[in-house]
Amino acid sequence: MSAAVLLDLSLLIVVIALGWPLGRYMAGVYGTEPGFARRALAPLERGIYRLCGIHAATEMDWKGYAVALLLFNLAGAVFLYALLLMQGHLPLNPQGLGGVRPGLAFNTASSFVTNTNWQAYAGETTMSYLSQMLGLGVQNFLSAATGIVIVVAMIRGIVRTQRRELGNFWVDMTRTVLYVLLPLSTVFAVILMAQGVPQTLEPSVHAHLIAPFLSGKTAVTHQVIALGPVASQEAIKELGNNGGGFFNANSAHPFENPTALTNFLEMAAMLLLPTALVFLFGRMAGDDRQAWAILAVMLLFFIPLSLVSAHFDLAGNGALRALGISQTHTRALAGGGNMVGVEDRFGVGASTLFGAVATATSTGAANCAYDSFMPLSGLVNLFDMQLGETIFGGVGSGLATMLALVVFAVFLGGLMIGRTPEYLGKKIESFEIKMASLSILVMPLLVLIGTGLAVVTAAGRAAVFNPGPHGFSEILYAFTSAANNNGSAFGGLNADSPFYNVTLGLCMLIGRYWTYLPLLALAGSLARKPRIPASSGTLATHTPLFIGLVAGVVLLVGALNFVPALSLGPVAEQLMRLPSSLMVVH
Amino acid sequence: MSVMKSHATNGEWNRLARDALIDSLKKLMPQHQIRNPVMFVVYAGAWLVWALWIRDLVDMRTAMSAFTGTVDAWLWLTLLFASFSESLAEGQGKAQAASLRQARQTVQARRVQEARADAPYESVPGTQLRPGDLVRVEAGDIIPSDGEAVLGVASMDESAITGESAPVIREGSGDRTAVTGGTRILSDWLVIRVTSAPGDTFLDRMIRMVEEASRRKTPNEIALGILLVVLTLVFLVVTMTLYPYSWYAVHYAIHKGHVVGITVLVALLVCLIPTTIGALLPAIGIAGIMRLMRANVVATSGRAIEAAGDVDVLLLDKTGTITYGNRQAAEYHPAPGTTQEQVAAMARLASLADETPEGRSIVALTQKRFPGQTQALGADAALITFTAQTRMSGVDAGGHRIRKGAPDAMRAWIGQHGGAWPQELEITIQRVASRGATPLVVCVDAAALGVIELKDIVKKGIRERFAELRRMGIRTVMVTGDNPLTAQAIAAEAGVDDFIAEAKPEEKLSRIRAFHDEGHMVAMTGDGTNDAPALAQADVALCMATGTQAAREAANMVDLDSNPTKILEIVRIGKQLLMTRGSLTTFSVANDVAKYFAIIPAAFVGTYPALSALNIMDLSSPRHAILAAVIFNAVVIPFLIPLALKGVRTRAASAKSLLRRNIWIYGIGGLVTPFIGIKFIDLLLVWL
Repeated sequence: MSAAVLLDLSLLIVVIALGWPLGRYMAGVYGTEPGFARRALAPLERGIYRLCGIHAATEMDWKGYAVALLLFNLAGAVFLYALLLMQGHLPLNPQGLGGVRPGLAFNTASSFVTNTNWQAYAGETTMSYLSQMLGLGVQNFLSAATGIVIVVAMIRGIVRTQRRELGNFWVDMTRTVLYVLLPLSTVFAVILMAQGVPQTLEPSVHAHLIAPFLSGKTAVTHQVIALGPVASQEAIKELGNNGGGFFNANSAHPFENPTALTNFLEMAAMLLLPTALVFLFGRMAGDDRQAWAILAVMLLFFIPLSLVSAHFDLAGNGALRALGISQTHTRALAGGGNMVGVEDRFGVGASTLFGAVATATSTGAANCAYDSFMPLSGLVNLFDMQLGETIFGGVGSGLATMLALVVFAVFLGGLMIGRTPEYLGKKIESFEIKMASLSILVMPLLVLIGTGLAVVTAAGRAAVFNPGPHGFSEILYAFTSAANNNGSAFGGLNADSPFYNVTLGLCMLIGRYWTYLPLLALAGSLARKPRIPASSGTLATHTPLFIGLVAGVVLLVGALNFVPALSLGPVAEQLMRLPSSLMVVH
Repeated sequence: MSVMKSHATNGEWNRLARDALIDSLKKLMPQHQIRNPVMFVVYAGAWLVWALWIRDLVDMRTAMSAFTGTVDAWLWLTLLFASFSESLAEGQGKAQAASLRQARQTVQARRVQEARADAPYESVPGTQLRPGDLVRVEAGDIIPSDGEAVLGVASMDESAITGESAPVIREGSGDRTAVTGGTRILSDWLVIRVTSAPGDTFLDRMIRMVEEASRRKTPNEIALGILLVVLTLVFLVVTMTLYPYSWYAVHYAIHKGHVVGITVLVALLVCLIPTTIGALLPAIGIAGIMRLMRANVVATSGRAIEAAGDVDVLLLDKTGTITYGNRQAAEYHPAPGTTQEQVAAMARLASLADETPEGRSIVALTQKRFPGQTQALGADAALITFTAQTRMSGVDAGGHRIRKGAPDAMRAWIGQHGGAWPQELEITIQRVASRGATPLVVCVDAAALGVIELKDIVKKGIRERFAELRRMGIRTVMVTGDNPLTAQAIAAEAGVDDFIAEAKPEEKLSRIRAFHDEGHMVAMTGDGTNDAPALAQADVALCMATGTQAAREAANMVDLDSNPTKILEIVRIGKQLLMTRGSLTTFSVANDVAKYFAIIPAAFVGTYPALSALNIMDLSSPRHAILAAVIFNAVVIPFLIPLALKGVRTRAASAKSLLRRNIWIYGIGGLVTPFIGIKFIDLLLVWL
């Protein structure tokens, strides 16, 4: 356990050490004062604007910003949908894969355009290289950039006074991709390649087995080893909190995540931009303490939750213990614990932490089978998402949701000290509360109603492999993952069915746009307001007291809604001590 | 209006409570319940469970019907408690509105065509008067409408509005021209120009304010209402989806137990939605307005009360608010060769017949310092009164001419009488003036005895009040017509943060605008017509009841006691209103944690017996657990009614310490209290 604690803390230290300068750098990307990248690449940036006919100097109000965002995302989704349907007739398809079925194509397009990256398919047997690169890869960048520009616009709303404009969507998107995502993922892809991740357009390799064997009555003599442009996908998959793996096994596949070092770096990459954006917020607001306060709230949840997850999984499975099987902490057992579904080159500690990182951020990547976690470790994954993807959360979108919850905390806190609530000098009035409510409201509704719909319909129940409360957890997990735009899969649920493709696809779309459009409206309203100077009568929003208040709101407004559902899933499972992961062999 | 002044007696409370009880039963009609979305959910749930109870009765399921019936009864009680709190608060308002309405009676008015004492009049009903009409009123008349005196001087009884029975003077010029409809003229006569349309007089607006207190929502109330509706909506879905989840668990997951009952789900729903704050929210708002009324302040809108809580700059007139309003003798400074007692004695003699506040204060100071000085004026004494030409006053007595007056006037007088003007005296005069005080020189014949120092006396305790305000983050700015030197001295003594000296009305207005540009919220007091533009600009504008009609119209609050210091009290009431709402919301939401621990294991223990591990309160049985949670949820409302009506305790403290205190009491307290309460009720249920 002490090794898990050490890993957890060293990861966070590395992330903060990298996130801090990155946040400053990004202030130069979005601020009025151009940083060195913007100065160096100014001609290129201007060239892009000229080519696309963008008037970079014209800023948009929140409605203009929202419309541009919606149109751009819609175009991306339609393009991806069409590409997937037609991939059989398109080049760069060495495996000769056919077109994707419409239901799955809709689900996948919704998934990648919303930064969810829920995958109801296996990448290596479904997607051509063209679809991977031009379709999924491009959306990996654009959906991440969309998340980032949402929070940049929101920060501008808080920071600006008596203005209507939140910035120019096209300019923000261009700069995000050009100055942030491309450089970072290029560097990270090169590191991954150095560690052994393939980057090639060669078709799959047919390798002859040294020791052929009989499977049933067929002799297995060779193995297909899938290849492809993996490293470039892998880099943006983690950095952009996408999480859609090139391979079905995601980061458990040795070609996506070959070494302990890449495992550590991939976790760091998932946390990097969400952390840097928090610091960017502090920088743009001219008050770094605000950033530290928000980071403190995130850590206040993340550290205990990730350690709880590690604790229960490292403790091992009681049913195995009863049979006298050792799960102790030894090097031979890769650190011991509940090794079901765990890659032994990572061990249990690095797997639960990966799970916590992938669900706290909206990445949803996996380096093990989450389905086989001990129930309370699985609950941590679920809970991380049910906190509304605010604990780090998706790139941009996570901080945006967190700021909406901060608005609630400020509202309650403001009333408790007898003032009309204000955040960073901006009054929080009924319009702000309305928009924040509209945004926060939708996720629990989608998760709860979606799960309810699935359990009462035969189509919903048909996908469940596991009996007992675990089967319920699987459905709950799927809807939680989709509505929160996480994309993490619990497994154990056959989600490639018309029912799940459509319902989860809708959850992803509604969960994305219904959550963030009201926040843009909120930003637009805040931008128009004057700033109220602070005094000793103002609620300070950087103190430990306020951090506690925000944490309380995140818990009460965000997570309290899921207590009944959780008690019928993982909680019941853990209390029953049903070793459900033993009942089905993966 | 004496209701306002005195707190309700026990008997009145009993009557209020009885009326409220009857009224709250009437409030159980759907058309009233629909206005409060949170409580409407409870209402719908109560009917639903009622129907289930009837079904259980018909089906003769005795044990089940007893449980369903008990839950239903407590749901109805929850609704009753909620309506009761609102009725109780409204009852106080109704009593005040009724007493105000007594003052508003239709009277015959003498309408005249021109403002002359002997102009002919025609008799018209008061309700037909239009703005601009001239009316003549005489001793004994009730003033028919709001207006401005244009001619005459009269004494008025304004107790119908202000509760103050001492007569006040109104006259046709100056700043005391405003007359209010419903007040009575005691002596003499006035010609009034009507300023209000019928139905829109000050009295009408007061009545409307009291009556509409429950209907009009303030901005923060609206915002909070949205939050509560959203929470309710989410919890509605949380409980509704539990039915399919439970159904799945029973039929597919584990094949054990029964699907959770509708009664249990309704109970869970009612416990989870913020009923505590939902029930008390209307009462809190009304009670805030009533507290203001009890302080004898009438606000024209609830918005103004909330704004009072947000104010961070107070613009205060020096005179009347910070100082007592007149200069008083504070010190005697003897000239070389004389003693302080001599100066005091002569200053007293010179002032014995001086009826001005300054004169009286000199007599009082001598009496205090030298009680032995009791010499009376002889019968031959001749009083010399102050004139603008001589600028001195005094007395000729016992062959001496005793004078006091402004230094330059006195120097001229001494020069005329061949006396010498001591250089040291000049230094003393300078020193006194530099302190912002007024020096008066005392002479006997041609000899200057010394200097009387007249000072603006800063009100007792005002310095501490300003220090409190500073801790609350509120800046105080003193406005005075004095020169900067004087202003600075008084500002330092009173402890205000800033001052505006030699202030003209335009300057007030421009300062308020400047504060607004910096994002501040400004409160000010005023009474004169020239204050009106600034009053209209300020966020919270308190006008004295003695103020002119223009000032009253521009202000959004009127202080019936005409006590400018009351602005401080108004700020406190405004803050208290918001704090009560915020604290009870926090309490209400924090309560949910314990309710989960009571109801979730109880509802699902049949399906998953292992969930009994969550029964950390060790409640006796599932049904008792659910009942205990519902009962706690209901009884917490009447327990909190006094808090809702009185408001949470306020202190002058920084935001930080206020927040810490309220989070501890209402946040952590709200988390812990229901655990204790539900366990206690469960024990009671077992015992019964």
